[in-house]
Amino acid sequence: MTTHDTTIDPSIDPAGYHRGLIPEVVHHEPATKPVKFYQVGSFAVGNRLLPLEVRSVQSDPNRTNALTSGHRACQGCGEALGARYALDAAMHAADGKIVAVNATGCLEVFSTPYPETSWRVAWLHSLFGNAPAVASGVAAAYKAMGREDIRVVAQGGDGGTVDIGFGCLSGMFERNDDVLYICYDNEAYMNTGIQRSGATPPAARTATTQAVGDEPGNVFGQGKDLPRIAMAHEIPYVATASVADLRDLEAKVHRAMSMRGARYIHVMVPCPLGWGTAASDTLQIARLATQSGIFPVFEAEYGEVVASSPIRRQVPVEDYLKGQKRFAHLFKPKRRDDVIARMQAQADRNIRRYNLLPQGGSPDAPEATEGSL
Amino acid sequence: MQKPFAITLNLGSSLANHTGSWRTEKPVYVDLLPPCNKACPAGENIQQWLFHAEEGNYEAAWRQLTQDNPFPAIMGRVCYHPCQDSCNRAEVDESVGINAVERFLGDQALAEGWSFTAPTELSGKQVLVIGAGPSGLSAAYHLRRLGHEVTVRDAGPMAGGMMRFGIPSYRLPRTILDAEVKRITDMGVAIELNAKVEDLEAAFAEGFDAIFCAVGAHIGKRAYIPAGESARILDAVAYLHAVETEEEKPMLGRRVVIYGGGNTAIDAARTAKRLGAEEAIIVYRRNRDKMPAHDFEVEEALEEGILLKWLSTIKHVDDGKMVVEKMALDETGFPQPTGEFEELEADSLILALGQEADLGFLNGVEGIAIADGVVTVDGSMMTGRAGIFAGGDMVPAERTVTVAVGHGKKAARNIDAYLRGTPYAPAPKAPVATFDKLTTWYYADAPHQHRAHLEGARRASTFDEVVTGLDEQTAQFEARRCMSCGNCFSCDNCFGVCPDNAVKKVDIAKGYAIDYDYCKGCGLCVAECPCGSIHMVPED
Ligand SMILES: Cc1cc2nc3c(=O)[nH]c(=O)nc-3n(C[C@H](O)[C@H](O)[C@H](O)COP(=O)(O)OP(=O)(O)OC[C@H]3O[C@@H](n4cnc5c(N)ncnc54)[C@H](O)[C@@H]3O)c2cc1C
Ligand SMILES: Cc1ncc(C[n+]2csc(CCOP(=O)(O)OP(=O)(O)O)c2C)c(N)n1
Ligand code: SF4
Ligand code: SF4
Ligand SMILES: [Mg+2]
Repeated sequence: MTTHDTTIDPSIDPAGYHRGLIPEVVHHEPATKPVKFYQVGSFAVGNRLLPLEVRSVQSDPNRTNALTSGHRACQGCGEALGARYALDAAMHAADGKIVAVNATGCLEVFSTPYPETSWRVAWLHSLFGNAPAVASGVAAAYKAMGREDIRVVAQGGDGGTVDIGFGCLSGMFERNDDVLYICYDNEAYMNTGIQRSGATPPAARTATTQAVGDEPGNVFGQGKDLPRIAMAHEIPYVATASVADLRDLEAKVHRAMSMRGARYIHVMVPCPLGWGTAASDTLQIARLATQSGIFPVFEAEYGEVVASSPIRRQVPVEDYLKGQKRFAHLFKPKRRDDVIARMQAQADRNIRRYNLLPQGGSPDAPEATEGSL
Repeated sequence: MQKPFAITLNLGSSLANHTGSWRTEKPVYVDLLPPCNKACPAGENIQQWLFHAEEGNYEAAWRQLTQDNPFPAIMGRVCYHPCQDSCNRAEVDESVGINAVERFLGDQALAEGWSFTAPTELSGKQVLVIGAGPSGLSAAYHLRRLGHEVTVRDAGPMAGGMMRFGIPSYRLPRTILDAEVKRITDMGVAIELNAKVEDLEAAFAEGFDAIFCAVGAHIGKRAYIPAGESARILDAVAYLHAVETEEEKPMLGRRVVIYGGGNTAIDAARTAKRLGAEEAIIVYRRNRDKMPAHDFEVEEALEEGILLKWLSTIKHVDDGKMVVEKMALDETGFPQPTGEFEELEADSLILALGQEADLGFLNGVEGIAIADGVVTVDGSMMTGRAGIFAGGDMVPAERTVTVAVGHGKKAARNIDAYLRGTPYAPAPKAPVATFDKLTTWYYADAPHQHRAHLEGARRASTFDEVVTGLDEQTAQFEARRCMSCGNCFSCDNCFGVCPDNAVKKVDIAKGYAIDYDYCKGCGLCVAECPCGSIHMVPED
């Protein structure tokens, strides 16, 4: 972790920062607490050698299981896993006092075919595009009731977040409403059959960006980088996380829950169906995304990046792409080195922008491998 | 039940929905054989004792280890650790320093005075063990644990075999050897010294129910080298034996030449140097790559100033000098004479050309077959004569302390079965936890901790131990580098990564179970188990 700290003057109302009082950003504790070196399983969910208080929430046999068994998500669903990770951590941080507001999408459909539900938290669903607004309303209601101990989390897919819910979300950010919004990014509208969203990567094949023509798949140069857009709102906290790095994800949820105001966490959650990967590869593919640099994992406070997770075992973007059927046309029938190079350039830019190879690392990505980490 | 419009489900939790029915394959927990365990000639369950050491539970680790091998402090010094050569961690960074941790545990046991428990149930059977080397002592230990009366007879004045009369004390301090042997006699094993067995039949006739022979291989092989009358030529094993037993250490002069390329040659050279030789030169027919001696031993010898002369054979020895012919390797790697000669000044020559077993005591024993100078045994270590077993250097196998210890254990288990009249059926071996079964992402980067060595110049004049042990913290660090290949180490990954919460923690400390009512068979737990302890099997 590149460590930074945002020293906040407690006498200033946090909302003030967002109105232009820029806090000084200095070195500070990273969200991920470094765990003492226990060789075996230091990156694993649990660790029998760790004292109880520093173990992950997921390793606790009494964790909430906010999203319980019997849900109808596909085998190996990254979104189901990411949502349980995040909400269990939020429940842990808020002592169980959470209300979750869910946008329409797979997460809502597979968990709650009315009147049956998999949720074990107070949970609300209204529409596809209005989750941030509903969450703002819930927060306002609890404030009016003097129950600010009850915390509000909103969640949705990338379509619900970066596209249809975007206006409501921007408003929620702008007003600095006391809501933690979590986006589970599986890079397309999965629930309705894998249509392109503003978060779909270039070159990816979706139902609406077929692998045909000279520039097969989704076009380059479009789409939205929502974590950076959220940062531009200068809200207290913005972070990206991966379902493949549980401890980092939990630490970020805890960090966000320790703050008030508008907070945003963007979690990468591979979708075996939409990406064309084996159900058992969900975490492996998510790791390849971070280790190639194509998905940067970082934290920002009040619009400034304060920490990023360095790449541990760098791989070329090709290793990430070739395991996914949505990118198969980049390798067959003809290998598209030009397109792969453009994707690599994006990863390289992330590496520069977020300082993902602080120890230097090779400017050129390493040779393509069998693609296993 | 009548349901409102568009409603098909009952009110309630999705727990009513058994998604396990989607599954075509299911995950099952397995225990695989770690490659280190597989490679250990003494059959130690390394992964399991490292598991205890990781937790700082050194006594449990030591007890686990000594179920297979009674000599951890010795092993931690002289074993060539083939386990480390096959350790999966080598493919991540460097192999786990298994041998160093073993030594730490052995030393810890001696410091704490941990002892073996004598058997509570006695079989009433008597077993004679011939030879108090590692193989004989290991057999005696295991036989005793199994409840038998054991008598060990050795020709020598002290127990230990080649561990005492071959391996020099700068590699194995005698206090360590003595203490680990004593722990075995404390269990009620009788060792008779200066008691050479000359006639096996006569010994058998004394009333023993079974015999284990482990007399080693002590006769130095000779090569014909023309020599002048005053040439001083010794054999390495006899030389090392004399150094160990005689008050007056054998004096070899200023320049000593050692002929041979194995570990014995290296030990003889290093010993000669310690006893005052100004120069000790090892002459070997082939080159360094072909030397049977281990790299680390050659390295240590070089550090002590031992000289090595490759591709040379000794043609003639005289007082004060010898003639050496240069050799060249042919395409098959075999050394061929070149006809080029040179003279080498030397006061004495030590021959280290390998050892042969002295099998005279087997003369006339019916059924025993000897081939290539060693005794033939079957898969149960039994010779052709029922009730007589053999192991160690006197049977066909690699000649190391650890192989000898392994033979002793295997023979003991088979002797036990033989005495009880039941066939010995070892537990079937699990499939090997090969590297491809691991997901090494989860193991933190942890560099190998090396043991310190006394400085070359300082050690060349004393018999102080060359390699120092690890302290507790470092030993534990090293133990924790173990990846627990093929055996669950309670990392909670399976419990965590299941998107369906279908993995249950049955017991907080250890023990997981898969809830097949909800397991959809995605295989994430299998893919993400760091150590490969979960397998996918088809549903029936
Ligand atoms: C110089 C040297 C260094 C070595 N270094 C190493 C090393 O670092 N690591 C390693 O793993 N291996 C090493 N070895 C090899 C190892 O010592 C042997 O493989 C091992 O000791 C063999 O064990 P054993 O029990 O079969 O025989 P031995 O250790 O040879 O013991 C046999 C015993 O039987 C006794 N005996 C013989 N005949 C009779 C009889 N008729 N009646 C009663 N008793 C008898 C002998 O006195 C002896 O005590 C080394 C060997 C040498 C020579
Ligand atoms: C206003 C509106 N338009 C369209 C839909 C249909 N719809 C339901 S879910 C969904 C896609 C959701 O995509 P995303 O937000 O990325 O979530 P995912 O399913 O991928 O998790 C769509 C288009 C809807 N429910 N409401
Ligand atoms: S990592 Fe541990 S279990 Fe695996 S081979 Fe090495 S010592 Fe054995
Ligand atoms: S994932 Fe961890 S806890 Fe589960 S079986 Fe493997 S080692 Fe054990
Ligand atoms: Mg989506």
